[in-house]
Amino acid sequence: MNWTALTVFILLFAIVTVLGFVAARWRQGNLDQLHEWGLAGRRFGTVITWFLLGGDLYTAYTFIAVPALMFGAGAIGLFALPYTIVVYPFVLMVFPRLWSVAHKRGYITAADFVHGRYDSPVLALLIALTGILATMPYIALQLVGIQVVIGAMGFHGTGIIGDLPLIIAFAILAAYTYTSGLRAPAIIAVVKDALIYITVIAAVIIIPQQLGGFAHIFSSIPEKKLLLPVPPAGSLGAYSAYATLAFGSALTLFLYPHSVTGVLSASSRKVIRRNTALLPAYTFLLGLIALLGYMALVAGVHDMPAYAPYFKQYGPNFAVPALILHSFPAWFAGFAFGAIAIGALVPAAIMSIAAANLFTRNIYRPYVRPNCTDKQESSMAKLISLVVKVGALAFIIFLPLKYAIQLQLLGGVWIIQTLPAIVIGLFSRWLHRWALVLGWLAGMVSGTWMVASLQFKGTVYPLHLSGLTIPGYAALYALVINLVVAAVFTVVFNVLGVSSGKDHTAQDDYEADSDASA
Amino acid sequence: MTNESTSRGSKLWYLLLIIPYIGVLWVPFFNSIQPEFNGIPFFYWYQFLWVIISAVLTWIVYRATG
Repeated sequence: MNWTALTVFILLFAIVTVLGFVAARWRQGNLDQLHEWGLAGRRFGTVITWFLLGGDLYTAYTFIAVPALMFGAGAIGLFALPYTIVVYPFVLMVFPRLWSVAHKRGYITAADFVHGRYDSPVLALLIALTGILATMPYIALQLVGIQVVIGAMGFHGTGIIGDLPLIIAFAILAAYTYTSGLRAPAIIAVVKDALIYITVIAAVIIIPQQLGGFAHIFSSIPEKKLLLPVPPAGSLGAYSAYATLAFGSALTLFLYPHSVTGVLSASSRKVIRRNTALLPAYTFLLGLIALLGYMALVAGVHDMPAYAPYFKQYGPNFAVPALILHSFPAWFAGFAFGAIAIGALVPAAIMSIAAANLFTRNIYRPYVRPNCTDKQESSMAKLISLVVKVGALAFIIFLPLKYAIQLQLLGGVWIIQTLPAIVIGLFSRWLHRWALVLGWLAGMVSGTWMVASLQFKGTVYPLHLSGLTIPGYAALYALVINLVVAAVFTVVFNVLGVSSGKDHTAQDDYEADSDASA
Repeated sequence: MTNESTSRGSKLWYLLLIIPYIGVLWVPFFNSIQPEFNGIPFFYWYQFLWVIISAVLTWIVYRATG
């Protein structure tokens, strides 16, 4: 047991726990209202939104898994960089419109918007279910980040004792999310990001010195890993895989419920617009973190007997923890592990809140209890946030990790199928509501089929087009099918004269700003 | 606040946002070691550089279309 590291770790965790509970009183609002509990009253300015979205989108799992991919597979792992570069131009074009219409009409979820825009409870239900389905495994994966660093400090028992620290951490998280709602992760995100920035800056200054500089690190990596393999004749190989993974993931990121929650909690349209130029700071950080995978390779942690049992248990995910243990004194390792674990709590909290908002607003209220009061709605959401977390915990404790990873891969393929209704819906109402339902269905089925044909091991599907193989992100291919089906049936339904319902939004709603910043 | 006609004309600024997509998604262009920068292969420094270029372009469009 690494007591020094553990003490620092527990201290950080304790500070964050206190903050989580105190958060309920920060910018106080009536937490019996769903928009207060689940969106913190839409009051976050540029700085808090920057921390909140940064903590929300760049999750602990990312910080473990991206360098692990670089460590194991090499250059392909860097697709996380172009992915988180091109996401922001897209967000600047699209998501201020979602903020505006949600602000104007009191929408709390993307499914609320779809309901209002298309007058279609069915489509809204599908959007909500897709969101919940895609979020659940994502929460489970955040636990992996905590699990790995707890293991790194010496807790690697099996059975209930081994899982106990994880259970305690999650119980604390569940308790303050329940009482404080979105305010808790927002405050904790500030601490978390400070810890992460300090850790990463220290790591990229100190570790390369120990290893003989960046030039030496890169020259020690075999060229096979350092670059993408040149595609064989008749295939676009790793090139199309890299580009479609980056582009498809960028389209996907802000469709996740936890991203939408982060966007809608901003106090004005301007806050979102401005943040699209400020959030790339996290992208730069992510790139540096990715390089930690190479540093772990060059440091040779994989061959050190002390770490062998951990690599056996956690695989390449142990690369960064091992590098930290190897390169830093124990107290700083505890600091860094605290940063990673707290980095898991922030997105896990926001994801469970987002899933709870969706369930309560778009399933419970319309289908189970149409006459519920605001207080009942808010209580239900709090309860669901607990259920969601217990579910995620059970998932990680009782099922093999690979199922969570596979489901999270599928989650991306699924959530992108909500793009036509949400993103295109923000600009145009041309697509027919029933055509969107059919498009969604076609996208879900074809996307799942493609991933199943890869034995759920990955999401890069080798598309064959007249003699040319184009390996690409299955989510993107399924989205194309979705869009084609939606467009074709829009024409069909219009010809048949099927009612397209009433639009409950107005043209001006999409450009509206808050009164305060107008 | 800008008046109606200015903000409509300024929509063209959004075209700038296409540039990052071309910059980082055309993979064959940057999948190489050379030219190195301080021993860092092109593949890496090129993509890191685009983090900054893209953020600057996004900032310009944010300012110009507000």
